[in-house]
Amino acid sequence: MNAPTQKRLDPRLYQIACLGTLLVYGLGWRSFDVSPAQIVLTIGAALATQAIGTKWAGLPFFDAKSALISGISLCLLLRVDSLWLAPLASVIAVGSKFVIRWNGKHIFNPTNLGVAAVVAMSERAWVSPAQWGAGPTIAFLVACLGGMVVNRAARSDVAYAFVGTFAAILFGRALYIGQPWSVPIHQLESGSLLLFTFFMISDPKTTPNARIARFLFGALVAAGAAFVAFVLFRPSGPIWSLVVLSPLVPFLDRIFPGRRYEWTLPTAGNLSKGEPHDSVAARARVLPGGRALGVERA
Amino acid sequence: MLSASSAHSFCGFYVARGDAKLFNKASKVVLVRDDNRTVMTMSADFKGDPKEFALVVPVPTVLKRGQIHVGEQAAVDHIDAYTAPRLVEYFDPDPCMMAMDMKVGSMLRSEVAAPMAAKERSRANALGVRIEASYTVGEYDILLLSAKESGGLQMWLTENGYSVPPKASRVLSAYLRQGMKFFVAKVNLKEQSRLGFTNLRPLQMAYESPKFMLPLRLGMVNADGPQDLFIFALTRNGRVETTNYRTVKLPSDAEVPEFVKDEFGAFYRSMFTRSVRKEGGTAVFLEYAWDMAWCDPCAADPLSREELRGLGVFWLDPSPGDAVPKGGRGWAPPPQGGAQNVFVSRLHVRYDAAHFPEDLALQETGDRTNFQGRFIIRHPWKGDNECPGAAEYRKALRVRQGREAETLASLTGWGLDRIYRKMNLPEENDDTPENGDSWWDRLWKVGSR
Repeated sequence: MNAPTQKRLDPRLYQIACLGTLLVYGLGWRSFDVSPAQIVLTIGAALATQAIGTKWAGLPFFDAKSALISGISLCLLLRVDSLWLAPLASVIAVGSKFVIRWNGKHIFNPTNLGVAAVVAMSERAWVSPAQWGAGPTIAFLVACLGGMVVNRAARSDVAYAFVGTFAAILFGRALYIGQPWSVPIHQLESGSLLLFTFFMISDPKTTPNARIARFLFGALVAAGAAFVAFVLFRPSGPIWSLVVLSPLVPFLDRIFPGRRYEWTLPTAGNLSKGEPHDSVAARARVLPGGRALGVERA
Repeated sequence: MLSASSAHSFCGFYVARGDAKLFNKASKVVLVRDDNRTVMTMSADFKGDPKEFALVVPVPTVLKRGQIHVGEQAAVDHIDAYTAPRLVEYFDPDPCMMAMDMKVGSMLRSEVAAPMAAKERSRANALGVRIEASYTVGEYDILLLSAKESGGLQMWLTENGYSVPPKASRVLSAYLRQGMKFFVAKVNLKEQSRLGFTNLRPLQMAYESPKFMLPLRLGMVNADGPQDLFIFALTRNGRVETTNYRTVKLPSDAEVPEFVKDEFGAFYRSMFTRSVRKEGGTAVFLEYAWDMAWCDPCAADPLSREELRGLGVFWLDPSPGDAVPKGGRGWAPPPQGGAQNVFVSRLHVRYDAAHFPEDLALQETGDRTNFQGRFIIRHPWKGDNECPGAAEYRKALRVRQGREAETLASLTGWGLDRIYRKMNLPEENDDTPENGDSWWDRLWKVGSR
């Protein structure tokens, strides 16, 4: 790769540290129902899928970071009563990055798709949205915000748009129904909601390229989450909403063109539009189908 | 069959006719859920004259006559007993002989009871209240109400003898805005005496709705402190948990001193209170999760197919004979003739308005892992044989008893002094802190010698 003059620290490293800390906290202090075997299988399968995908796609090198993020996130989110479902979620999650692509971008947030697919296909898998409780909210918020600060160059706008719209819907609903404010506040304090906001929907690789489109997308996902919760009366609204709405991203990218996100942008120096600096983008150049790059279009 | 009136509220509030003082404390709800179908059995701890009893519960739909039923209190008590936290006892073998005996003691149950009554029409229209249906079921008069706004509903309820606390208006309004109806019940005294029941039996309702929740907020309106609610969820797939409050497992498998056997009830209450406090008062506790077909050890026999159907487990066929094995007290094996396909979860929550602003939202998970609140006592070997093994045993026993005392203290918050006093340990075993055996006591003693 053309080494830029000075590279920003890859935000994924910070994200791995953050998610890892949350997993340790969850296991140690929130009695998460995740066995060591599940953790090993989940992360192992994520890394293995990444390795196979790297080879299959002819990427220049194996990069464990994204797969590790998917693996840890799956450990945080997915609960199973049949152990084999855990690595299956990893394979779907990481595999989808290589297979379900459009214009050089993968469409689904890997963890989101892995969780949704496994929960939809098996009765033995579920998500426990209340596992964090509301107690550790402050600590949690700090961790999430910390993640955002480092991730600021990325897509914090989509997170704000999502959580802002969702809060507006919750408060508006409480106002309409005549519930006390303690109800929407309690709903917003959910640790799972914050985790989704700052670590899932804000994934820079699967959000729209243009800022306006990201605002729109965040708001749409929030509306979808509220629909799941208050019309369908099902739990885990944000996860279902995101997985259903993710296929809209390519359309939003077409309507609102913008620069695609790269993990390792130079902090100084000139960046030409869409110059690929990461492995996946590099792959797109190498692959025969690489012409479909959104960057070229942009 | 059932003793004096001990019934009461759950997710509704019991409102008195007149100013009778009512006390909301423990209620039990059996929730059968599969897909969008729910059967709810409400049994409450109402203490008072049946004619003072009234129940108001928000429900998602208007119920037909056939959707309402009066159940058997015995079945609710049975599921309570079957899922209750349990105490297991073991007897230490003679260290000079080595043999082991195991016996199962058990359990405790929470309190129970049942509710209801109603009538009247008239002014309803003027107040914007619509009586959607009115039934007499068993000893209860039941109305299903919808209303345009809470003010009218509240006035109607008040005029009809349901003394609704003024603060309830806002809560009623919130349920109305969510499209909920109200299920209102009072005891029909004539029917009650005709039927010959001295106690209020549990009310049951069956309905179809995607909402899997338990309304708590009305019950908090006139509550004078936190209330306890036991939810016995019967599902096909797996454990039930709350999705807007953390579900936490009750402490389990701890070894506690022998004397706990005589005060297991007090132990359970203290341990539960302490667990609630530890979780900041915001958690729901899982006390039992088990395949309904068996148990080990059994606090009570598994429920029969009949009983389960009575509680609303609609996917069980009414088959001849009793498919559930009777294991006696102790252990009941899984059934030979295929699984029951019923999984029971016992959830226990102590709620008040400050810690539970929202109604409980529930979900069925795929988790079929068995869990029980189980506590263990080990009776020491009391023989006086002497052998090298015996000396060693006594030494280890002293250490173990100290550990049991500490476990008990940490589970219940009881003082160690009190625990040691109750353990009534023989002299030579007495190395409690108050007897001067703390590390610092030893330090100065050693130093001064």
